[in-house]
Amino acid sequence: MSAMLEVDRVRKSFGGLLANKDVSLRVPAGGIFGLIGPNGSGKTTLFNSIVGHHPIDAGSIRFEGREISRLRVPEIARLGLLRTFQQTRIYGGMTCVQNMVISVPTSELGWRSMWQRTPEPDLRKAGDLLEFVGLFPKRHLRAGDLSFGQQKLLELAMALMSAPRMLLLDEPTAGINPTLINGLLERLRRINRQFGITLLVIEHNMRVIMELAEYVYCLAHGELLAEGKPEQIQQDPRVLDAYLGAR
Amino acid sequence: MKARTVRGLVASLVVALALLAPVLVPSYRSQMALLWVMIVFALTWDLLGGQMGYNSFGNVLFVGVGMYACVLVQRDAGLGYYTGLFLGSGVGALLAVALAAVLGSGILGLRGHYFAIGTLGLGIAAGELAGGWQFVGAGGGMVPPLFPGEVGGRETFFYYLCLALVAVTLPVLRWLYRSRFGLVLNAIRDDEDKAEAMGLRTTRYKTAAWCISAFFLGLSGGAVGNLLGFIDPREVAFAGSTFGVWMVLMAILGGKGTLWGPVIGAVIFHVTKELFWTYLLGWQRVALGLLIVVIVVFFPVGILGWVRERWPERFGHGVEELPGESSR
Amino acid sequence: MDNLRLLIDAPVLSAQLLIDGILIGAIFALSAYGMALVWGVMGLINVAQGELVMLGGYAAFFIYRAGIHPLFAVPIAAAALFVGGWLLYRLVIFRIVDKDLFISILATFGLSILLQQLANTLFGADVRTAESGFRTLFLFGGAVTVSEIKLVAFAAALLTGGFLILFLKRTRMGQAIRATAQNARAARVMGVDTGRVYAWTFALNAAICGASGALVAMTWVVHPYLGLPYTIRSFMIVIIAGLGNIAGVLVAALALGAAENFAGFIFGAEYQAAFVFLLLVAILVWRRVWLARERRYLQ
Repeated sequence: MSAMLEVDRVRKSFGGLLANKDVSLRVPAGGIFGLIGPNGSGKTTLFNSIVGHHPIDAGSIRFEGREISRLRVPEIARLGLLRTFQQTRIYGGMTCVQNMVISVPTSELGWRSMWQRTPEPDLRKAGDLLEFVGLFPKRHLRAGDLSFGQQKLLELAMALMSAPRMLLLDEPTAGINPTLINGLLERLRRINRQFGITLLVIEHNMRVIMELAEYVYCLAHGELLAEGKPEQIQQDPRVLDAYLGAR
Repeated sequence: MKARTVRGLVASLVVALALLAPVLVPSYRSQMALLWVMIVFALTWDLLGGQMGYNSFGNVLFVGVGMYACVLVQRDAGLGYYTGLFLGSGVGALLAVALAAVLGSGILGLRGHYFAIGTLGLGIAAGELAGGWQFVGAGGGMVPPLFPGEVGGRETFFYYLCLALVAVTLPVLRWLYRSRFGLVLNAIRDDEDKAEAMGLRTTRYKTAAWCISAFFLGLSGGAVGNLLGFIDPREVAFAGSTFGVWMVLMAILGGKGTLWGPVIGAVIFHVTKELFWTYLLGWQRVALGLLIVVIVVFFPVGILGWVRERWPERFGHGVEELPGESSR
Repeated sequence: MDNLRLLIDAPVLSAQLLIDGILIGAIFALSAYGMALVWGVMGLINVAQGELVMLGGYAAFFIYRAGIHPLFAVPIAAAALFVGGWLLYRLVIFRIVDKDLFISILATFGLSILLQQLANTLFGADVRTAESGFRTLFLFGGAVTVSEIKLVAFAAALLTGGFLILFLKRTRMGQAIRATAQNARAARVMGVDTGRVYAWTFALNAAICGASGALVAMTWVVHPYLGLPYTIRSFMIVIIAGLGNIAGVLVAALALGAAENFAGFIFGAEYQAAFVFLLLVAILVWRRVWLARERRYLQ
């Protein structure tokens, strides 16, 4: 079976620092995959390489069979491969609803429709998705006035609004109130099941990733250290070493 | 009385005053005509600076291009006065749009202070080029043809012409800010990297916004040149340190990123400027420089920005329902 | 374009242009280094940089008119501008140091207009110069002329820059300035009074601009509106060289001086200023295209 996302021996260095050393991973369509590793192990660098934030030094990245390692950020996004940011990024000066309606798939923002007001179906969909992440009552607040956790949820809703094929989530539970994490996990599963979006999740919280992901890749010092089902990873002595050694 | 009725009354009063002003205070017609142009300047600057977050110091480039194009058509096309003026203004507007489209992909790729300084350089370079080009009168500039009508008719004519410019610009921008296009501009302002990560074709929208801005500036260039009665490349047409800064300042004083902010800012700034010119003879330019520094340093949020901070719900930011919206 | 042929036919002309350009370039390097200092330490782009040069020029002119040889005007102008820069910081600049870059650009732009108009009102719009009374040297049998004052100015510019570097390396205040440039918050935690450091930085910048202005008044002329090209040149040099790269600033400044001289000769002197501004735009755009091709983005 061909994978939705195929990362093949990607190498990326910043000056003398080798951030990713021949990293390979495959995410099949419809899966929820996890990417873990201690701080500075190159997880976010890999995300940035995939979505086109910087050039890679070697290797190939294919999305649905298409080579994307030379494309730029917006081009990759338009293919349906989106990412969220670890330091959440939303449009702070606009209201939540405005944040949502401007995130519709760009194919719907044709030249003609640009000059019109937001159509009613978009508004309804925005409302539904805000309801889904629990932000509906706050929809007319400036997004910049939301708490960090709420901004995180808004960013997730915005990503859903643009109906991607695959989502790269960079630490979706970081900064979220621990009592809300279970609800978020449930939502992520529903995103995967109901909306049919393939997920690749960077996570620091081991409990979360073990519960959520069906398959986990572990990076350490820029190299792929281990991969496998969550149970296998959890018991892998190399993974434990990497985490304990980093502390 | 309902808020709607009050607003309607105020609006009709303003429109009536604007239409009757040449009759009521005929001696100020030129200054008031210039005020309308200033409002256009501030509005079009805010399209980029306030709505899109691209703070340009070089928009005066398009005013100058429009001005020169118009007067050149008037000089060389051999048309009647009014035909020449209107056709020239149109040519100026189109030239400005073309220039914005060509420069846009390069210049609008610059971010933040690089864009600000780059556009500053662009505007002044245009002035220096025009100042060396014999065909457009070089450093001596050009003089538009004389107004054919009776004495005093000139001021009234240009008053209504400049008023018409505002009457076109304001509704167009108002409509633009309520469309999805306006939302994209705001998204670019708030976080351009995020907008790109969401797949928006930012360069296209930025260039379009710059072209719209250039269109109105190019259109008003001809009127300004004819109203002032002469074109100097550095002091009038591509005047980076007068018109170029003033448009920025008026938008900031009134409140960046709002429709009415630039209008309010332009009125206050222009009136203050005229008062300086009347009462501070010899020191007016120094006072104006001081005013610029004081506004930027002490009041960078602007009037409407301040109002928005005090009463955010007036701008639709709040938890309560908007009228006409069903709750779920 | 005829002049281009002339250049090819008479290589000695090129030597003349090159020498003149390089000698002028050293003066650009001074104000550019000042801008890099303020930018690096305070995170502020000072658009009024050229006006500080202009004020230094007027200081030199008035000293010259008082009957003192203009060479002595260099340190005096620097001292006067040091005080002026300090006052400017305490009155205005300190309010915009921590604001966003656009506000600081706009505020210093306003300041530059204010200083221009002040100079225009107080000193008049006339073009002034400070006569040094130096002779002109004839080299290669008279084919290349070098006025001694330009050589002196070149040496003085290097000397001033050297003094500043020594100050930054050797004195306690210099070390505090460099520490603040590295990390202002850390410096504050370590007990550095960053307010004082900023004041010193801005005053030093004003002083170095003052010195460069005095040299401009001697080798060339002063008038109230000469500032903006100096600001733009400084900005351009800093972009090419990068912050905190002294050798780069000097090389870029000398190259810019030479390039400007050649452009002025080839396209005509009336287009020399246009060349400077267009070069800025070209460099900015080229830099951006180059970065974008690398799939990299400007922050």
